[in-house]
Amino acid sequence: MSVEENFAKNSEFNLSMVPSKFASFMRTCVIWQFIRFVAINLKMIIVVRKSH
Amino acid sequence: MARLVILGAGIAGHTAATFAKKWLADAHEVVVISPNSLWNWIPSNIWVGVGKMDKKRVTFPLAPVYAKAGIDFRQAKALAIYPEGKESDKHPFVTIEYTGQGREGQTEALSYDYLINATGPKLNFGATPGLGTGSHIGPHTVSVCTADHAAEAHERLRAILDKARQGHRQKIVVGTGHGTCTCHGAAFEYALNVEHAARQAGVRDRVDIQWISNEPYPGDFGMDGMQLGIMGYVTSVRIMAESLFSERGIHWINSAHVSKVDAGRLEYEQVDGTTGEEAFDFAMLIPPFSGVGLKAYDRQGTEITDTMFLPNGFMRVDADYTPKPYAEWKASDWPVTYRNPDYPNVFAAGIAFAPPHPISKPRTSPRGTPITPMPPRTGMPSGTIGKAVAHSIVNLIREGDRAKLHTASMAEMGAICVASAGTGFQSGQAVSFTMYPLVKDFETYPGTGRDTKRTYGEIGLSGHWIKYILHHLFLWKAKLKPGWTLIPE
Repeated sequence: MSVEENFAKNSEFNLSMVPSKFASFMRTCVIWQFIRFVAINLKMIIVVRKSH
Repeated sequence: MARLVILGAGIAGHTAATFAKKWLADAHEVVVISPNSLWNWIPSNIWVGVGKMDKKRVTFPLAPVYAKAGIDFRQAKALAIYPEGKESDKHPFVTIEYTGQGREGQTEALSYDYLINATGPKLNFGATPGLGTGSHIGPHTVSVCTADHAAEAHERLRAILDKARQGHRQKIVVGTGHGTCTCHGAAFEYALNVEHAARQAGVRDRVDIQWISNEPYPGDFGMDGMQLGIMGYVTSVRIMAESLFSERGIHWINSAHVSKVDAGRLEYEQVDGTTGEEAFDFAMLIPPFSGVGLKAYDRQGTEITDTMFLPNGFMRVDADYTPKPYAEWKASDWPVTYRNPDYPNVFAAGIAFAPPHPISKPRTSPRGTPITPMPPRTGMPSGTIGKAVAHSIVNLIREGDRAKLHTASMAEMGAICVASAGTGFQSGQAVSFTMYPLVKDFETYPGTGRDTKRTYGEIGLSGHWIKYILHHLFLWKAKLKPGWTLIPE
């Protein structure tokens, strides 16, 4: 489903932020996501440590 | 030898029981009362509801785990608490009714020295006409609140997707079934996973998906939303949630109280007084939660349920329950030790404790219908509270009344939430949220009420990996396998 199709549907979608093709690609790019996996885990560990 | 009785074996009760037994060993007795024979890792019910996992992968039998740990497990439901005992015997006790172990229907009085109420919620389907009766779901909608509900949801979703394959346009509604619901994250995840399943089935263009919720906007989640610190900006989670819906072609209705459900149709009222209807072929609506209906009696047998519990059935603890407007809410209103103010050997943990007020701003329609998301207490907060309460009771048993109590205020506790948006090792996605603190604290964090360096959200494949790993880690921990204590709540 393309972003442009959604924009044409109604004003709800027109007022939203939607990802570009590059942003969508990066969401499932294994190499980039491995880096994000490490970064998000570090963020989570900090929050867990503050909570216990 | 002291006896600790724990009512409930969900995330809070199970965490409290297992840590209490580990710390107390055989010197004292730990008894768990639960009407269910299975433990359920509820966050993964979403994947059962779309057929990516079966019930066996999200549940396991409690009895063998408790037998190995030395915990006395009674498959029974708690009926009433007698915190003063009776005139003839002043030792406090609970009455229970067995639901399994070959003793179905039998009742028993079980004395305790310390009690943890971790009974979780009653799924109050009966609050919305047509949604169900009491705690039983009706025939018109499905739920993902239990593993059995989720398995049923999958069967009915599969039939819907089959009809779409045959060329019949289908309408799916996902959201909350009442103006005072909580647990929006589960419904949010299910909406995204249903959309993912429809795309994978190749029928997305024949399936309309509608979100309906009591939240004021997508992303409120009963936590008054979040302001996320992302790439140098502080931005509302609303932008992210609406973006996820827009990208997937999911329409949304917010500030809505579902007032009636019939076969293939629901009615709703919004906070501005407007009313509407939605037709559907498939609907997953989360019910509102209430307490499980425990009663309490004093030594003379006079009912004191109203003093131990709030009218919604949740147990009073050390919170400030003084009614006050939203502008005057403070972090210090929230409980710290979860100890009942009248009976110091009684604690509540997880969903069973009564919050002092919502986190989201309360709103009422012109007809007087409350349309306010209730605060979430599931998952990480439940486990953290359960462990803190167990620690306090262990200290009390060992050191007496002057022992130090452990604290776990939701206003000083962060939370991690990973909301699945579809499965697949290379194609799955999930939104990873961190927030600190869970309850907004405007005195410490003026402006957004939270630490924006620690409040964050991001969608991607890495989130799916994290959710999948957490699924296995928490089942490992709950089964008390080697190293279970090293896995945080």
